[in-house]
Amino acid sequence: MKRRVVITGIGWITPLGLDIESAWRRLLAGDSAIDSTTLFDAKTFPTTFSAQVRNFDLEKALGGSCDLHKSASRNSSFAMAAAAQAWRAAGLDKIKELDRRTIGVYLGAGEGPLDFGSFVSVAVEAWDKQKNALNDPKWAELAYERMDYIREFEQDPNMPAAHVAKLFDLRGPNFNCLTACAASTQAIGEASEQIRRGDAEVMVSGGTHSMIHPFGVTGFNRLTALSTRNDDPKASSRPFDRNRDGFVLGEGAGIVILESEEFARARGANILAELAGYGSSADAYRITDIHESGRGGIAAMRQALSAAKVSIDDIDYISAHGTGTKENDKVETLAIKSVFGDRAYKVPVSSIKSMMGHLIAAAGAVEAITCILAIRDQVVPPTINYHDQDPECDLDYVPNAARKVKVKTCLSNSFGFGGQNDTVIIKTYHA
Amino acid sequence: MTARRVVVTGLGPISAIGIGKIAFLEGLRNGVVGIDRISAFDPSGFRSQIAAEIKDFRCADYVPKNYRKSIKVMARDIELAVAGADQAVRDAGLVTKGINPDAPQVDPSRLGVNIGAGLICADLNELSYALAASVGDGKFSLAKWGKEGMNNLTPLWLLKYLPNMLACHVTIVHDAQAPSNTITCADASSQLAIGEAFRTIVRDCADICLCGGVESKLNLMGLLRQDLLGRLCRTHNDTPKTAVKPFDANREGSAIAEGGAVITLEDYECARKRNAKIYGELIGVGASFGTSDFIKPEEDGKAISMSIERALADAGVAATDVDLVVGFAVGTKEHDQAEAIAIHKVLGDVPVTSVKGQIGFNGAGSGAIDVVVALLAISEGFIPATINCENIDPACPVNVVRKQREAKVNVVVTLNYSLSGGQTGALVFKRYQG
Repeated sequence: MKRRVVITGIGWITPLGLDIESAWRRLLAGDSAIDSTTLFDAKTFPTTFSAQVRNFDLEKALGGSCDLHKSASRNSSFAMAAAAQAWRAAGLDKIKELDRRTIGVYLGAGEGPLDFGSFVSVAVEAWDKQKNALNDPKWAELAYERMDYIREFEQDPNMPAAHVAKLFDLRGPNFNCLTACAASTQAIGEASEQIRRGDAEVMVSGGTHSMIHPFGVTGFNRLTALSTRNDDPKASSRPFDRNRDGFVLGEGAGIVILESEEFARARGANILAELAGYGSSADAYRITDIHESGRGGIAAMRQALSAAKVSIDDIDYISAHGTGTKENDKVETLAIKSVFGDRAYKVPVSSIKSMMGHLIAAAGAVEAITCILAIRDQVVPPTINYHDQDPECDLDYVPNAARKVKVKTCLSNSFGFGGQNDTVIIKTYHA
Repeated sequence: MTARRVVVTGLGPISAIGIGKIAFLEGLRNGVVGIDRISAFDPSGFRSQIAAEIKDFRCADYVPKNYRKSIKVMARDIELAVAGADQAVRDAGLVTKGINPDAPQVDPSRLGVNIGAGLICADLNELSYALAASVGDGKFSLAKWGKEGMNNLTPLWLLKYLPNMLACHVTIVHDAQAPSNTITCADASSQLAIGEAFRTIVRDCADICLCGGVESKLNLMGLLRQDLLGRLCRTHNDTPKTAVKPFDANREGSAIAEGGAVITLEDYECARKRNAKIYGELIGVGASFGTSDFIKPEEDGKAISMSIERALADAGVAATDVDLVVGFAVGTKEHDQAEAIAIHKVLGDVPVTSVKGQIGFNGAGSGAIDVVVALLAISEGFIPATINCENIDPACPVNVVRKQREAKVNVVVTLNYSLSGGQTGALVFKRYQG
């Protein structure tokens, strides 16, 4: 029989707060973290606002000095801080003889921010107008002067997982996957499979990302994927609403501690929930568009349900990918209806991206944590800014106010550019 | 129910010494060195000016007609990955949608993809043109960029550089709808990806996975970043053929490269039913982590020995059963030494070879090329030489294969690790025996 995987600790750094409880309270209150972008001067960009993590301090978050990690990128710093919360919450800090060879890390982390100032100054000064191309030797000369090897390698997407492993001296498998906006759900799913197969007893998993930097916003603005409701940022992220006009960039990290059931029980851990199933698929359609039938999302949800051995009638809450783009919300709704049939109208579906924006690679991890908290407190967070029904989005999106409901089993979706689809099922743990 | 067995049925190497299995095997057999002075750009301002470059590559040769217009949104890494997948699929004799759009014979819901990728570099000329158009008062103006400069970038600009686009284009070309993942663990990516694809097949979420890793470091940023880290050979700009010397006492660093490999991993029953040629069986995976300060290895290569031990345990074979190690050994002082110590600790005097002297160091693609080498050693019955290793470094206590030889090779270990970071993985392949 396959091993069962449970969740024993959670931690996050989000635009709505730097710890589980404060951000959760604000999610239930329907608060928006979206405001003018201050990480760089975005005044002339098509989108001038985002959901930033504010007042973050790594030393404070780790509760001490962190010399080995002082050059960590914003991504790695968020990941370490969230991992430290999760590690403590799981009580792993209290165990004297922990076999760290059996503990791994699997993140879905994005690339760290570019050394923008140096990169841009080198590019501009080495540009040869006559030739309409870079002067390569001049570029090299300036780059050697201005670019720093530490800032360069810290951008690599494997670095957050490396920092987290080093923080706790974890010698188990160490992975990072980067499947765009589906990354951290896929990471949690694959981490759970490593435990089931016996490759590790414990996995520190989740994701971290910040794309609130000039090239990040440029990339999404050029794709016209971002909301441009610059006159009213708090109302900008409106998943499933008829007047939605794109997603809002957020940033942060979410980390969960996954364990084999035996290991967790043997150490008397407080089990928060069970990671019951995981499904993953590719649209195999277009890099820009989702297949209009929602076939990728449908396959991921069905696989996850089947792996978890739960039926559609067991699902009490769906944490939607719900980005607030025209296409995603329409196709996700269709996919949910295809999988759930009439039951689709009876299950509350919400998107916390309405409040904390889209954390890109980290989105799935914070949404998985939301499911765990929904199970703990028997309440589901709302989709805020929901005012006008779109005829193509006709489910119960828990509009504007949190709701007390019985929650035993949750399904969380994440979809990414290029046709990545991942779903996890999280449920109340019963021995 | 017994566990599903997983075999390799297709090889798609893309390297400076050959594209596709036949050309690559010939380059390997003949000891061809693909490292040369860089021609993709003017390297004269760099301290290291050499690379293993894939010349005369036309992506359109490897992409179905109806998908060729997508090439314009593919970074070089993506182009090479799509070509690698094409070669792996053809070599396996699979008829996917990419091979015959009218009559594909592979079930899309059982075809997965798992391709490791690096940090893809933007087209610096396209980007710098746009940045230079945003200069006001003699310097770059972010305000001008936001208002107009960014509009010089193609709308799909971001999608050219997302690491998952290697796999995504492959899923689209071949209609692969089973799980698709992109491992981004720098230089360790490809063997971790192959290991994960193995798990995906074993747990019955796919019958076939196109997996491996591809990267191109052949651009200004790729070269600069490796050189800033002190990883490149700076003394052989005029003698590139002898620049990279894995395990040699006089090694002075590596050379950047581009390419990698995609291989076809397949459930044994599925391969048997269609009478596929089998290169070997993947019987064990192992992964671990270790680094001293993120850019230096642990002196004893602990993470490497742990990964090998785990892969052997997973495979259920003893150290004494191993016939060959295809080492990662990129030719730097510290990493080759740590690796040698780790291999020796677990496997003693087993023969070790490294192909980096021929094909350089291409990050996320390196480990996949090594896997192809392992499978060719098993299927062709030879052990390739470690080119340029003249005097084995006494600090590297391994039995380096310096001359190519014919040999019956049954069990091979491959390994890779991220030089920056510390992620490490190892695989065990075995000659297929029913």
